[in-house]
Amino acid sequence: MADFDAIVVGSGCAGPVAAHELATRGKSVLVIERGNFAGAKNVSGGRLYTHALREVFPNFRDDAPLERRVVRERISMLEPEAGLTIEFSDEQMRDESQDSYTVLRAQFDPWLVSQAEAAGAEYIHGIAVESLIKDGNRVTGVSAGGDEISADVVILCDGVNSLLAEQAVGTPRPSRSSVAVGIKQVIELDEHVINERFTCSSDEGAAWLFMGDATHGHVGGGFLYTNKNSISLGLVVTVADMVEADTTIAQLLEDFRQHPVIAPVIAGGAVVEHSGHLVAEGGYNALPTLIGDGVMLAGESAMMCLNAGYTVRGMDLAIAAGMHAGRSAATALDNGDTSSKGLGSYVKALEDSFVIKDMKTLRRFPDFMEHTPRMFSTYPELACSLARQMFLVDGTPMKPVRKKAWPLLKDVGLFNLLKDARKGVKAL
Amino acid sequence: MSTLKPITVNVDAYLGLNKYEVDEGNPHIEVAPEPETELFKELVRICPAGLYKMDGDQPMSVDFAGCLECGTCRIVGAGAIIASWRYPSATMGIEYRYG
Ligand SMILES: Cc1cc2nc3c(=O)[nH]c(=O)nc-3n(C[C@H](O)[C@H](O)[C@H](O)COP(=O)(O)OP(=O)(O)OC[C@H]3O[C@@H](n4cnc5c(N)ncnc54)[C@H](O)[C@@H]3O)c2cc1C
Ligand code: SF4
Repeated sequence: MADFDAIVVGSGCAGPVAAHELATRGKSVLVIERGNFAGAKNVSGGRLYTHALREVFPNFRDDAPLERRVVRERISMLEPEAGLTIEFSDEQMRDESQDSYTVLRAQFDPWLVSQAEAAGAEYIHGIAVESLIKDGNRVTGVSAGGDEISADVVILCDGVNSLLAEQAVGTPRPSRSSVAVGIKQVIELDEHVINERFTCSSDEGAAWLFMGDATHGHVGGGFLYTNKNSISLGLVVTVADMVEADTTIAQLLEDFRQHPVIAPVIAGGAVVEHSGHLVAEGGYNALPTLIGDGVMLAGESAMMCLNAGYTVRGMDLAIAAGMHAGRSAATALDNGDTSSKGLGSYVKALEDSFVIKDMKTLRRFPDFMEHTPRMFSTYPELACSLARQMFLVDGTPMKPVRKKAWPLLKDVGLFNLLKDARKGVKAL
Repeated sequence: MSTLKPITVNVDAYLGLNKYEVDEGNPHIEVAPEPETELFKELVRICPAGLYKMDGDQPMSVDFAGCLECGTCRIVGAGAIIASWRYPSATMGIEYRYG
């Protein structure tokens, strides 16, 4: 008999939820997390859409460490010295069925652990799983810290930089164009200063995304999220593009901090943490095999992440995938069959859920981003130029806007513009 | 590859704000003995901790104490410049307090 019904590797977003679902169904489950506490190794932007969390923990609002509810959405197109910002606010952002909150993972992930532990899951912290134990093709356990522990099913929730996915299901390590690198700083700022700068109450705040000069035109974008008394500021840039750049990613973030649109927003704040993490962005086409004999992959270990340019979503996908993985594993254990056939209901459940459906809808987007560099340089510049023409007045007689706009559009090429717009609409 | 514009950021000062348990003398990443300069330059650009540095035209030896364990160099240096990449030993490495 195996030591446990199930072993979950990694306790980010997917892991504790999978463990919770197994434990509530009476299964013995061990979670192994390499951080000294869950969250110690994890980074997100981070805005969490609550829908997936609510399905597993309907009462999460009572005590989950959420920073601020997002009630302001901003997108800025930046030139080096200018920015055109669109702001969207909507009472529906306060509707509990579709709201979102900013989170800090070192606080949020331990809360998820507490839910899994309360349901009966066991935890080992501070040790990484080094390899999987296999009997032929079948995964039968894990090797961690010199010990071998066996289980009828192993669920890999070890995130985008999984060192185990290859051994589990044979997926090669991700290519340069299917991952982006994220860099982020948490900048401490008084709660009331944040409230004033973002015209919001202490429980509410903003999600703000940036294109153009935020990445000096490289494929990717910038983000800013308001926490209770700090600001999360960072960049996500496609690896394949960044390795060719004329600057380093750390310098890119430094320049972004000093951009005239950003500098006044973080003025007086103190950096308290500097972090880096990969983000999966290959989309649907980069999804690996999700199950094998005795093994399943959930969350970003299986490249589940949506990068639609204007937003990165991985946490709600990981939570939903963890939920389905835990439930399907429990059923497979009940049926006494944790072969890949017995675990097949997991794939079906994911295909029927928003996780795979949304990834499918956006499947053309990664390719569109990679092959439309104008999105990250020319168009943000064009937007700022048009705005400049509209808003700056120096007393020389006005020209009609259409006359002013024409030379700018001609530079881009009307054909290019139409072509990119068509591709963009198709990709979304 | 384009030449680097002047670098003004002091990443080490930022890393100094982070919390680490440093595993002295036991780095979890190994760079190939004589890394090819062009490939090394990619890591200079991409590492969010700025750990890969050049001395003029020469790759410098890397101190991984400030590593953020992101795995980006593992992807970029796969098979060529990174000889081995694993997670730090038990309880070691970066410990985010915010994340
Ligand atoms: C800069 C940035 C911004 C982002 N912004 C957002 C956002 O705003 N909204 C959003 O929804 N998503 C965002 N994401 C994506 C989101 O963070 C991830 O998709 C999500 O965390 C994936 O969850 P996961 O459980 O699959 O993996 P993770 O949360 O990465 O968890 C993996 C866990 O496994 C552990 N682990 C790894 N290997 C081992 C091992 N061998 N043994 C034991 N433990 C191991 C790790 O320590 C970690 O705790 C962002 C990501 C980044 C990097
Ligand atoms: S893992 Fe990330 S932070 Fe560490 S050296 Fe590699 S690129 Fe730099």
